[in-house]
Amino acid sequence: MAPHHMSDNQTGDVISYKEVNDDVVRTMTETGKWYYIALAGAFSGFLAFWILPWAYQIYKGQGVSGLNTPDFWGIYLTNFVFWIGISHSGTLLSAILFITKTPWRRSIYRSAEAMTFFSVATAAVFIFVHMGRPWNFYWTMPYPNQRQLWLNFQSPLMFDVFAISTYATSSMIFLYFGSIPDLAAVRDRVTGWRKQVYSALALGWRGTDSEWHWLFKAYTFFAVFIIPLAVSVHSIVSWDFALSKVPGLAKTIFAPYFVVGAIYSGSAGIVTLMIIFRKAMKIEKYITLNHFDKLGMLLLVMSLLWSYINVIEVFTGWYANTSAENETLVYRMFTTPYAYMFWLMIVTNTLLPLLFIFKKCRTSILACLVVSLGINVGMWLERYLILTTSLPRKFLPYMWHDYIPSWVEISMTLGSFCFFAMLFLLFVKLWPSVSIYEVKEDIGIPMRKGGGHH
Amino acid sequence: MSGLLERIAGKLRSYREPGYYTKLDHKWTMVIDLDKCNGCEACVVACYAENNLPVVGREECEKSRAFSWLRIERYVEGEYPDVKVKFIPVMCQHCMKAPCETGCPVYATYHNQDGLNVQVYNRCVGTFTCATYCTYDVRRFNWFTYKWPKPLEAQLNPDVSVREMGVMEKCTFCIQRIRSAKDTAKDESRPVKDGDIKPACSQSCPTGAIYFGDIQDPESVVAKLAKSPRRYRLLEELNADPSVIYLKRVMGDGTSSHE
Ligand code: SF4
Ligand code: SF4
Repeated sequence: MAPHHMSDNQTGDVISYKEVNDDVVRTMTETGKWYYIALAGAFSGFLAFWILPWAYQIYKGQGVSGLNTPDFWGIYLTNFVFWIGISHSGTLLSAILFITKTPWRRSIYRSAEAMTFFSVATAAVFIFVHMGRPWNFYWTMPYPNQRQLWLNFQSPLMFDVFAISTYATSSMIFLYFGSIPDLAAVRDRVTGWRKQVYSALALGWRGTDSEWHWLFKAYTFFAVFIIPLAVSVHSIVSWDFALSKVPGLAKTIFAPYFVVGAIYSGSAGIVTLMIIFRKAMKIEKYITLNHFDKLGMLLLVMSLLWSYINVIEVFTGWYANTSAENETLVYRMFTTPYAYMFWLMIVTNTLLPLLFIFKKCRTSILACLVVSLGINVGMWLERYLILTTSLPRKFLPYMWHDYIPSWVEISMTLGSFCFFAMLFLLFVKLWPSVSIYEVKEDIGIPMRKGGGHH
Repeated sequence: MSGLLERIAGKLRSYREPGYYTKLDHKWTMVIDLDKCNGCEACVVACYAENNLPVVGREECEKSRAFSWLRIERYVEGEYPDVKVKFIPVMCQHCMKAPCETGCPVYATYHNQDGLNVQVYNRCVGTFTCATYCTYDVRRFNWFTYKWPKPLEAQLNPDVSVREMGVMEKCTFCIQRIRSAKDTAKDESRPVKDGDIKPACSQSCPTGAIYFGDIQDPESVVAKLAKSPRRYRLLEELNADPSVIYLKRVMGDGTSSHE
């Protein structure tokens, strides 16, 4: 790739190739006590907060949730949209930064891509959680059957099935392709069962010029393919709501609104995760303050965009001036408890990120942590408000009814975070979570001559 | 030349000529005369009995999970003693451009050749989309598998299936009665006559406020009533083209029940 200048060096004081190899493999082979404690915690949280309540719900029926007649969609769909949103940045960011050859991508993209894949998985489970008869989920797949039953391709949920499964598959392949040389590097320095597993995963990678060449081709292809895909996935998720007629949901601005919101919350998710990750794994020299500086700028821009669209959304609702739209707006912005949530969301998503105007804040880990957590809370609230303030105030006032989530729903929300944490913890042990070969590029010594890339 | 192009364009477009999608065997329509309706809720009870609707009890009703496919909406206007109470029976409007139908990913709800919006219980996977999209909030969900205590299960209507948990349902225009009327007519080798079909709500209404029939037959009662100057449809501005037609109630002071 491009010749390396010293200014390209994003990774602090990394000395040699060997050190990079050792550092990354160390994150996989040396396991401390705290790791096991965290994993056990996440796993038992996943069992207790998610699996058990879900089993209870499947056994008793959806009635154990707080859903009721106008409010058919509640926290489950909020979580679904939230996790899809979180998934949005990893792969998308990685692909965009790859195409634009941005050097600071190299040490963070692997874990960001993993984050994408795991949050898509979490989101996908929520589709099943919110269904009345989840055991029939395969009916939403187009498979030939004797009764010639077919799918309704007008339905935005149908678009969803395709969009999300395509997105999950391609982000998984993208993650895998990018990891092959590293899997080979790991293969070469582990023993025992790991050796066999990574030999299989590395697909016999030897690092020849032509292998690098083809890998680069395939990787570029997926990077280009994934960008429009990511945009379309969240547009389609927004159509689940926007293709209805419900005041507060039927907005033409929803597709860009959701895409921007997704990238916004996803980037905030990356920042939070990176802070925890670099601390826990002691890899501060790979993920440096410089990365947080750049991500902070991204968050600032997304925050401004998001706020702009939010203003437009409220404005168009108000400008329509139908009684139903007005009622929804008043309900959302000036009625307790939703007013608290709404204005809290404005504080965390519009005002707080303005701190990132200052470089001091962008390079302070504490500020980054506070702001990114705030954004994630705010973005969750945004999705929650969209559903819980629109559906209870539909057209016929006789059917207005508020939605109060039940313990089952709240517990499964907590459980989803445990599930995500569990997947990520397993990932850092089983997969090279920092890209070895691309960090090496950063060090600035040419690795090979001619032909090869990376 | 331009004439030729227009002809070709016309040919291509012909499949979407107005009426293409609405060429139906029948177009079952309900007319509800609000001037006659006194809000006694006999129709609601009849609907419960006819369609095997579970009675869910007070607690569930407070959570807004009452099962009534048909409800009498009550609105109170003004302060005592100058109060006006208005009520209107609302069931599935069998919209011709139903918002609910586009939402279902598996075609559990679709439009049939009789102009009815039908719900296939066996196909329903419970995504709630139809109920969210329905602008009239008439869809009901089986939150649990409901049980009928001992002697009561004997009164279940054998013509109507008992639904299981996780399935969406709503007013069917008493499709079982439509079916049996059609079958009788077929046995007697004649078309269905106006008045052959009476849904439970219409049958039980003491003042005869609910009329039912095929609006495509110009001689039918509903077709004639539909021309009334008092005619209106609920939330017509949403353009869902509902098949339930209401006749306004005209008050003593000349105002009508529909603002
Ligand atoms: S009233 Fe509701 S359920 Fe009935 S057809 Fe219209 S949108 Fe569908
Ligand atoms: S037509 Fe039948 S199902 Fe519909 S409201 Fe009347 S009684 Fe109930």
